[in-house]
Amino acid sequence: MTDIGWIETAVSAARPKAISALLRYFRDLDIAEEAFQEACLKALNLWPQNGPPRDPCAWLIFVGRNAAIDVVRRRSREAELPEESVLSDLGDAESSLADRLDDAHYRDDILRLLFICCHPDIATTQQIALALRIVSGLTVPQIARAFLVSESAMEQRITRAKSRVAKAGVPFETPGPVERAERLAAVATMIYLVFNEGYSAASGDLARARLCDEAIRLARLLLRLFPAEPEIMGLTAMMLLQHARLAARFDADGAVVLLDDQDRGLWNGAMIAEGLALIDKAMRHRRPGPYLIQAAIAALHARAARPEDTDWPQIDLLYATLEHIQPSPVVTLNRAVAVSKVAGPEAALTMIAPLAEPLGGYFHYFGLRGALLSQLGRVDEARDAYDRAIALARTAAEAAHIRMHLDRLDATPINMPASSG
Amino acid sequence: MLYAILCYHSEDVVGSWTKEEDAAVMAKLAVVQDKLAREGRLGPVARLLPTTAATTLRKDQDPPLVLDGPYAETKEQLLGFYLVEGGSLEDVLDTTRELAAANPGGAYEVRPVGAFFPGALRP
Repeated sequence: MTDIGWIETAVSAARPKAISALLRYFRDLDIAEEAFQEACLKALNLWPQNGPPRDPCAWLIFVGRNAAIDVVRRRSREAELPEESVLSDLGDAESSLADRLDDAHYRDDILRLLFICCHPDIATTQQIALALRIVSGLTVPQIARAFLVSESAMEQRITRAKSRVAKAGVPFETPGPVERAERLAAVATMIYLVFNEGYSAASGDLARARLCDEAIRLARLLLRLFPAEPEIMGLTAMMLLQHARLAARFDADGAVVLLDDQDRGLWNGAMIAEGLALIDKAMRHRRPGPYLIQAAIAALHARAARPEDTDWPQIDLLYATLEHIQPSPVVTLNRAVAVSKVAGPEAALTMIAPLAEPLGGYFHYFGLRGALLSQLGRVDEARDAYDRAIALARTAAEAAHIRMHLDRLDATPINMPASSG
Repeated sequence: MLYAILCYHSEDVVGSWTKEEDAAVMAKLAVVQDKLAREGRLGPVARLLPTTAATTLRKDQDPPLVLDGPYAETKEQLLGFYLVEGGSLEDVLDTTRELAAANPGGAYEVRPVGAFFPGALRP
């Protein structure tokens, strides 16, 4: 770390809490961000001489708030008389800031900040971009790199999302239990979207792998605020267990390495341990939701020292449960992989037959179909399926992976008898 | 005299470290630990998993109450610790219930250990 590295780390660690609190005071995302920015500049000036404050987060909120009050007063004078309602709770806030603040204090603030990023009026890609910019504090160029778009396009996307959010109005009342649960679910989905955006990235793309780290950081933050929510434990565990495989998921040339072929020694043991511990905790609640079930599936892979040790019957069972509580063609497609291991490729093929229409534009549907047909020796049909998959591939690595399978097909004798039916 | 050194830090901050920053801190700590080990002064060292992985057993009631999350109060003080092996969280909670029966009052926080180095100290 450089000399001011510790300040950057402290500031970025405090960001979600500080912006959340500032948003509560000023009820305006732009002002909250500006206030935080001002406070960060002051921190860069003062902390190197004075050393870090006892509670950097409270310091940033306090200093940011004072800086922005001036701005608000100026603006109000230009436009209209100061709105007492906006400023009235500042006195109380000051005295409460004198005490050290714990996480519970910020709970609804942070949830609100995350929640406004997943406003239903804005597209999911915009939700992710907004969360990364506002909550995680990634710069526009960083986010643009992660999404493979130009900086100006990303700037525009974020600005548009912000104005939508502002127009929609931010919900400032303290949420009731039902509303809080709804917000939590929406935020969990958004965090998972951030993760998936990074997870589906091509290899060695650090800008996108960073999104997975950010998603895990946000999930841990959420879990500290809501420590007894099994689905948040499940979400965090699922992401940890999947991200633990990062180093093994691509080869030196950036080509996809399937689970069966991965060097399990490259898996991140600490992340797996944390994921398994969270599943253990969540299971005690005895009401498994979709995230927890998916985490449990990932855990069965993580626990297998070798691919042949994988407990496929249990994975099939978990997918069946998931299909029951959250039916979707993609879940069935994933279950078919387990079915092919347990009952053979023919059974799996029968299972995915009805998915042809709903998943007609889905890369993985044709990838799996090709693999199953090729296991059955139906080479021509397998080739057709693989061709469709390549046409639908979203990354070069995906396409290259299917091409490898096509090459293997071509190396197979044409008259190979069908394996067990 | 044996001393326990208990490590406190802001989890927000440590959790914000990049892999490289984390590794750099660990490498610097390893230098100090190696020196202690050479002097024969180093006992077990453990890095705990984040507090999100913690479970707390309140043993000031019977039966004890199991809560998600770390010990988060200030009315009791840290007086000791155990390192135990357990197949699952449930196993370890059973162990803490046995301990609680022997010594009610207060709480146990159960936290999985991420990294563990046994050290070479003898009692």
